[in-house]
Amino acid sequence: MLILEGLSKTYKTGDAALRDVSLTVPKGQIMGLIGPSGAGKSTLIRCINRLVEPTGGKVLLGDMDLVRLGKADLRRQRRRIGMIFQEYALVERLTVMENVLSGRLGYVPFWRSFLRKYPPADIQRAYQLLDRVGLIEHADKRADALSGGQRQRVGIARALAQDPELLLVDEPTASLDPKTSRQIMRLLTEICAERDLPAIVNIHDVPLAQQFMQRIVGLRAGRVVFDGTPDQLTHDALTAIYGEEDWNEMRRGDEEQTRAELDARDRMAALAR
Amino acid sequence: MTTGPYPTTWRRPPQILKDLRWRIAIQIGIVIYLVLAIGSVEVNWARVYAGLERGQRFVMGFLQPDFTSRWRDISQGLIESLTMTLTSTVVGVAISIPIGIGAARNLAPRWIYYICRSIIAVSRALQEVIIAIFFVAMFGFGPFAGFLTLSFATIGFIAKLLADDIEEIDEAQAEAVRATGASWGQLVNYAVQPQVMPRLIGLSLYRLDINFRESAVIGIVGAGGIGATLNTAIDRYEYDSAGAILLIIIAVVMVAEYSSSYLRKFLQ
Repeated sequence: MLILEGLSKTYKTGDAALRDVSLTVPKGQIMGLIGPSGAGKSTLIRCINRLVEPTGGKVLLGDMDLVRLGKADLRRQRRRIGMIFQEYALVERLTVMENVLSGRLGYVPFWRSFLRKYPPADIQRAYQLLDRVGLIEHADKRADALSGGQRQRVGIARALAQDPELLLVDEPTASLDPKTSRQIMRLLTEICAERDLPAIVNIHDVPLAQQFMQRIVGLRAGRVVFDGTPDQLTHDALTAIYGEEDWNEMRRGDEEQTRAELDARDRMAALAR
Repeated sequence: MTTGPYPTTWRRPPQILKDLRWRIAIQIGIVIYLVLAIGSVEVNWARVYAGLERGQRFVMGFLQPDFTSRWRDISQGLIESLTMTLTSTVVGVAISIPIGIGAARNLAPRWIYYICRSIIAVSRALQEVIIAIFFVAMFGFGPFAGFLTLSFATIGFIAKLLADDIEEIDEAQAEAVRATGASWGQLVNYAVQPQVMPRLIGLSLYRLDINFRESAVIGIVGAGGIGATLNTAIDRYEYDSAGAILLIIIAVVMVAEYSSSYLRKFLQ
C-alpha cells in the first residue's frame, strides 16, 4: 500500500508543481492520473521514487518513509518500485535480455552486472517475463530493432524483473497507435491483477483511462481536483480538471481524430481490395 | 489575389552595423590595413631565387625517392614511430576514460568536474611540439619522450570529446536505469557506456592516425621515430631519402584512414 501525505514540490524556478497532495493507493488498485500538461502528473510519480526530490510531505510505501532516506537506503527502496516510461526509455544499444536484466541491478553486485553474470534464478525469471509479454524469441535482439509496442513490453518486463511492490507508469501509450495502446493497457491491467500490484498510471487519453482504470485522480495546477471511479468522471468533473474551453476543445479534437482515423481506415481497406 | 500598396523589392537588413557610414569606414579601414600589412613583409628575392633551386632538388628527390641506401634508418624509424603511436594511443585512451567521465557534468560531483576539466585544459593548451621539447629535456632523446608526449596529448583530445559526448546522452535511458535502484557504477555501465561506445571507438581510431602524423613532427625536436630519420635526411641534403620517408608517411596515413573508416562502419 502506498500513502502520500501532503506531498509538495516547488522547483528552483519557483514553480509549484505539487501542492499538498494526499492519496492512498491500496494493494491491487490501478489508479489513473489525468490532467492537462503541466498539472504535475510526471512530477508526482517521480517524487514517489525520488527521481525528483519532493520539497515537503511524506511518501509511505509499507511503513517506510521514502522522503527521509539516504542515498544507499534510497537505492534499496527503489528496487521495490518498478517504473515504466513514456517513449520506453530502453537502452537502445543493449539487447532485449540486458534491458530486462537491468531490472535486477539493485539486487546484484557491480561485478555481476558488469560481466553480465546474473544469478541463474534472475535469468530464468527474465525468460519467464519475456515469455509473459510475448517476446521470448526476441531476447537476443538489440532493443532498437523492435517496434514501439514491443519496446514498451520490454519496458514492462524490465519493471517486473525488479519484483516490485508498486508500479509507476508514465504515459505508457504516448507514442503508440490506438490499437497498440489498448493492447499495452490490457497487458498492464492483467499483470497488475495477476500479482495484486498497485499501479499509478499517468495518462492523458481520457477515454483510455476510463476504459482501463479502477480509479481516476484528476490533477490541476498541482492539486487533486477529482478522485473517484471512471463512472463518476462526468462532464462537470472533466471541466473542473481541464477547464471549460480546453475540455470542449479536447473532446472536439478527439472526435475529429476518430473521424479522421475511420476515414483513413476505410481508404486503406479500399486500397487493399 | 489583390496587389495592394506593398513594396515589390526587399533587401536583407544589415545585421551588425546599422549605420551605412560606419560600414563604409570599417571596410575602407580593413583594406588599408591589408595593404600596409602586406607591404611590411620583407621579401629577399635573391634568397627566394636561390631557394628555388633547392626546392627543385627537393621535388626531384620526391620524383626519384631512394628507399634503399638509408633503408636501415628508415625502417628503424618507422618501427619506432608505429610502436610509439600504438602504445601512446592505448595508454592515452585508457587514462582518458576516467578523466572524461569525471569531466562530464551530469555524472561527476562539482569538484571532480573542475579538476578533470583543468587536466583537459592543460593538455589541450600545450601543443605537441612544446610538450615534446619538455620531455626530451627531461628524459633525453628517443622514442620514450615521444611516447609520453603523445599519451599526454591524447588525454586532452579523447577526454574532452568523451566528456562532451557523455553530457549529450539521452537522459531518459539514464533515468530508467537509475529508477531500478542501480548504483553509480552500474548506471555508467548500463546507461552511459552503450550510448557513447561507438563514438569512443571512432575517436580512438582517429586519434591513432593523428598520433602517427604527430610522431613525425615531434621526431624533428628529438623525440625519436620517423621524424628523427626525416630530420637527419634533410640535414644531410639527402632529399631522395627524405622524399622516400614522406611517401611512407603518406602511405601509412592513407592506410590508417581507410582502415579506420572501414572499421567505423561496423559500429553504430
